[in-house]
Amino acid sequence: MSAAGFLLRRPAPTGGAAALAGIDRLGALLTLVGAAGLFLLPFVAFKANRILPGDPRALAQALPVWAAVGCWTTLAAVAAVALRVAYAPVRLAAALAGIVVTATALAAAANALTPPHNLIVRVAPGSGFWLLLAALGLLATDAITRLRPGPGVRVLLLALFLGITGLTLALGTFDNISVMREYAVDTSAFSLAARQHILLSLGSLAAAVVVALPLGIFCHRVPRLRPGVLSALNIIQTIPSIALFGILMAPLGALAAHVPLAAAVGIRGIGAAPAVLALFLYSLLPIVANTVAGLKRVSPATVEAALGMGMTRWQTLMSVELILALPVILTGIRIVLVQNIGLVTVAALIGGGGFGTFVFGGIGQAATDLVLLGAIPTVVLAFSAAVLLDALVERLDRVRK
Amino acid sequence: MIVIESLTKRYDSTTAVDAVSMVIERNSITVIVGTSGSGKSTLLRMINRLIEPTSGRVLIDGRDTASEPGHLLRRRIGYVIQGHGLFPHRTVAENIGTVPHLLHWDEARTRARTAQLLEALQLDPANYSEKYPHQLSGGQQQRVGVARALAAEPAVLLMDEPFGALDPIIREKAQDDLLDIQRRFGTTVVLVTHDIDEAFRLGDRVAVMSEGRLLQYDRPEVLVTRPANPLVGRMTGSAERAMRLLSLTTAGEAALPFAAGEQRAEGLVVPTSASLREVLSELLWRGSECATVVDADGTPRGQLTVAAILTRGRPA
Repeated sequence: MSAAGFLLRRPAPTGGAAALAGIDRLGALLTLVGAAGLFLLPFVAFKANRILPGDPRALAQALPVWAAVGCWTTLAAVAAVALRVAYAPVRLAAALAGIVVTATALAAAANALTPPHNLIVRVAPGSGFWLLLAALGLLATDAITRLRPGPGVRVLLLALFLGITGLTLALGTFDNISVMREYAVDTSAFSLAARQHILLSLGSLAAAVVVALPLGIFCHRVPRLRPGVLSALNIIQTIPSIALFGILMAPLGALAAHVPLAAAVGIRGIGAAPAVLALFLYSLLPIVANTVAGLKRVSPATVEAALGMGMTRWQTLMSVELILALPVILTGIRIVLVQNIGLVTVAALIGGGGFGTFVFGGIGQAATDLVLLGAIPTVVLAFSAAVLLDALVERLDRVRK
Repeated sequence: MIVIESLTKRYDSTTAVDAVSMVIERNSITVIVGTSGSGKSTLLRMINRLIEPTSGRVLIDGRDTASEPGHLLRRRIGYVIQGHGLFPHRTVAENIGTVPHLLHWDEARTRARTAQLLEALQLDPANYSEKYPHQLSGGQQQRVGVARALAAEPAVLLMDEPFGALDPIIREKAQDDLLDIQRRFGTTVVLVTHDIDEAFRLGDRVAVMSEGRLLQYDRPEVLVTRPANPLVGRMTGSAERAMRLLSLTTAGEAALPFAAGEQRAEGLVVPTSASLREVLSELLWRGSECATVVDADGTPRGQLTVAAILTRGRPA
């Protein structure tokens, strides 16, 4: 919600404009987008098998008339709220109701279109569904931003979202939708990919923190080193990820070939080793730069007072400087974690595993549903990490201020 | 007693402090005054070894400060800086408890001492203990800074421009508080300032520094009446020196006995603690000739006339 929320945080409508129309401008835009999705684009795509191009179906074609009318009525009510109601809790409730109705309609459409016991046919969400969902999602995000919930409430909202999604998936509500069909083909591959994905992102992050934090402290203490270190890390940051994987393959392969110990601990030219190493290298700049910035923010008078009262250098660093710099350092860690969760996807190209295996597998087989099976969990994972760490940073900053 | 023996600090080509020697009496306030770059802060920081001297030594009560690790030395010496330097992430009580905590005092003792200091500085412990520094006014932050420096009952308190960040009215109050606190706890205070008025107001002895050298170190009235060199004369302000001299003497010290049958003078009544400068100013304003000096109980102790005050404004 942070990135989207930031984009949406616009000045309140001026008195004149508001009085002129009495219409919420964002609401108007989202209503147009949602209506376009609902009426001009296919709600679902019906495919005879997983790689054939889809046959577009509108909502009314997929559902019984009464159900389609019920959907339209509810969404019209949501649009009315988006257009005319300024009170954020009502807007949020309307957006959530819209999302529930849209998701239910998708599940119902898939159930209605799939012949019984047929595992070949695929019903995929159509572009109209995605557009509608995006409009409703933005409406919800905007409402949450207007509510300015505290860090605890935001984490609670996230837990609620994940819980409800998990529950409906577990109950099989969406089992007839194409992405879940792909999931059902090999559930153990999915949990393996999930574990690898999380392990690769967190492992490279942990290694980066261990190196970058002392490096940042060092750069703060010895200002002469700062430009050199930061520009070296900057250059690493500009290397495209695929190129970096390639660059690392040769030396790691040679290392594995000539040093038995390296091979024994799992270092190879392809696989997890170059992936972790590359992610580690990308992680250094944000953490080092934010550590330096965070330490710089600590007032020199505070540090002098700490030393003047008889704290050792180490005590001053641990109980004053790092504590005060922590919110900024954590912001760097948040950048790295979200960035790594995305980049791990690319690591699948060199055999690193993770959700990227589905994405690249899907591209190879021209199976969009398989691509989505990799992409959707990656987005959810990155989004959750961002919300959790944002909440943590804000909580720490609040204690400090 | 602090003995400073030819203390010197050199950086590459410049000499920040040049062979300064001085003796600071116990239970007194010594003010080091000088322009920026005079080396006064460097001198102060060499006393608690935040800056290590190039040569020379410092003895506190006969013990060489170099004989123990710097951070242990600093736990025995109070330190107050401009802009207070309070820890923003710690409450007032936690800030004050910093050094007791480092010295492993037990909880109860730290709490009792914190309460005592807050009361001494007119901050209600019940109200202020759990506040964070940003919730306090500038003057309150400064007082908490002083309380923190005094927490572990140091015999010596070093203050580097402690009142520099305060506006003039609060500054005067803070200076009075410092005088009270010093009397109450008997601390040896060494204070650095660029403000000559503050130096004269607070200092039992004043050291004037310029370009790393100690120009003169003496009682304030000696600096006014017998400046060691023209620079000291300029700093003490030759145009104002008579008034400055009057401000150094209290009405109690200068009071003359009553003439027979004149016990109860009419008109202006002043306390013994008022300075002659204040009494003179008030007499001129009222157009009176004579004031009665009373002590804290209101008992008349003597009288002051304009003529008597004027003789005090001349060098003895």
